[in-house]
Amino acid sequence: MSSAIDVEGLSLSFPLYHGNARSLKKTVLSTMTGRMAADNRNRVVVEALRDVNLRLRPGDRLALVGGNGAGKTTLLRAMAGIYEPVRGRVRVQGSLNALVDPHLGMNPDLTGRENITLRGMYLGLDRRAIEGLAEDVAAFAELTDFLDLPVRIYSTGMIVRLGFALATSVRPQVLLMDEWFLAGDAGFMERARERLENLVRGVEILVLSSHVPDVVLQWCTRAVWMDQGRVRADGPTAEVLEQYLGYPVQMSEWARQRSAAGPL
Amino acid sequence: MESSTHLQPSEHAVLDLSADQRWGDRNRAAWRDIREGLSQWRLVWALALLDIRLKYRGSLLGPFWLTISTGAMVAAMGILYAVLFRLDLRDYIPYLGLSLVLWGFGAALVADSCAVFTASEGMIRSVRMPFTLYAARIVVRNLIILAHNFVVVLVVNTLLWTWPGGVAWLALPGMVLWLGVSLCLGLLLGALCARLHDVPPIVANLMQMAFFLSAVIWKPEQLGEREWMLALNPFFCLLEVVRGPLIGRMPSDLVLGCALFYSAVLFVVTWLVFARVRGRIAFWL
Repeated sequence: MSSAIDVEGLSLSFPLYHGNARSLKKTVLSTMTGRMAADNRNRVVVEALRDVNLRLRPGDRLALVGGNGAGKTTLLRAMAGIYEPVRGRVRVQGSLNALVDPHLGMNPDLTGRENITLRGMYLGLDRRAIEGLAEDVAAFAELTDFLDLPVRIYSTGMIVRLGFALATSVRPQVLLMDEWFLAGDAGFMERARERLENLVRGVEILVLSSHVPDVVLQWCTRAVWMDQGRVRADGPTAEVLEQYLGYPVQMSEWARQRSAAGPL
Repeated sequence: MESSTHLQPSEHAVLDLSADQRWGDRNRAAWRDIREGLSQWRLVWALALLDIRLKYRGSLLGPFWLTISTGAMVAAMGILYAVLFRLDLRDYIPYLGLSLVLWGFGAALVADSCAVFTASEGMIRSVRMPFTLYAARIVVRNLIILAHNFVVVLVVNTLLWTWPGGVAWLALPGMVLWLGVSLCLGLLLGALCARLHDVPPIVANLMQMAFFLSAVIWKPEQLGEREWMLALNPFFCLLEVVRGPLIGRMPSDLVLGCALFYSAVLFVVTWLVFARVRGRIAFWL
């Protein structure tokens, strides 16, 4: 079964139940007085996504670019099935892994090993696969002696390494990735990038939300510019990036060298 | 370097979410949520066990602190009320111990139900999981606590030699009913409390009142001729389906019938609410 993502006319809006608008008092009052009822019907709604259409097939590497609050992360979450459509339809075929939260379910009071086991269970892995997962993660994150100690006492660097290793340890058919993923200290980043490239190379569809032109140019073949919840431009990465940034983009020398090593 | 674990494509691998849903679609989606949530019982068990282990990590007696505090409570209240109500100690203490342990399960479950989804906000917003999983987690967690507290009931019955006899096994079907009711409470209260932040305090007040109205620390017989009125109290009827057999006395048909009726109402209301709002819960957190 080959993977696919189809987003048709997707709109998402978040009702803002701010202050006491969310309270029972208002709900009760609004049914008793006409004015409040009108108030209630005109409740404040944030339109996070408006009529988004996307079609992705195996081999597609899509970058989502756009300013803060443009709807990039919300779109990732909608494609991951976390937010169900308010209007429209989302269809995703293939095993899916969404990396939207750096500390996804990581519990600081559990040991590193317990966290790894738990994540494995969330992913629906069997016992043997979870053992493999623990070995792989521990090796990459260099946690040797700390693996059986609570995450709470880890250094910040160790937590970042553990989170990163965990998130990149399973290979889905469809990978949805948020930009937080590319942040990290320089020393670690070199090793991290290698692992990430390995992962990205193995997935059938990649959707990456990013601000970093280098990464987008190197990894993606197509870009979508999100603006206020709408798709403002959709096309080849360089073109869309130029429109978005307002100046011609070029891969840096460093990125050129890396992508010369082999396309992703 | 080929170290990463492959995620196997499975039947869950197809995600098809659409906005214009009819009731048929909603019912199917709700049913699928419940089925998938319960099929992940190993994860539910692991999460519930971790909750308990984390709470008592580093403590010498661990969850048996629950047993001790419940035991102390039963001893103190038992003697006090036996004197106040002029009751026979050997008759009253086993009754009170059992009632408090069972009520403790219900009260904690209701309190946890209010926070089912709000407490798991981080998880819900980062990965798609059946919502039933979160509700099942608190049910199992409270069952583990109940098992620890139940030691008190066994100790009291051993010390006073007041075993209920074979009728006690009839508490098992009652427990099955409780499981269903508990899961419903988790889903229903979880969803309501995520949407309306006034519900948790209302529920807390209600439970406190119900504690005194539901014949937990006093005996139904003490109402005399008006004992039948207890059948109007859903908390009492549900308590009685498990407590009755365990003190060696089957509840009356009226109470059993009412318990089934109230449960059926809860099932239907939960189904309607859950099927309606399931897709909206993530937006409310």
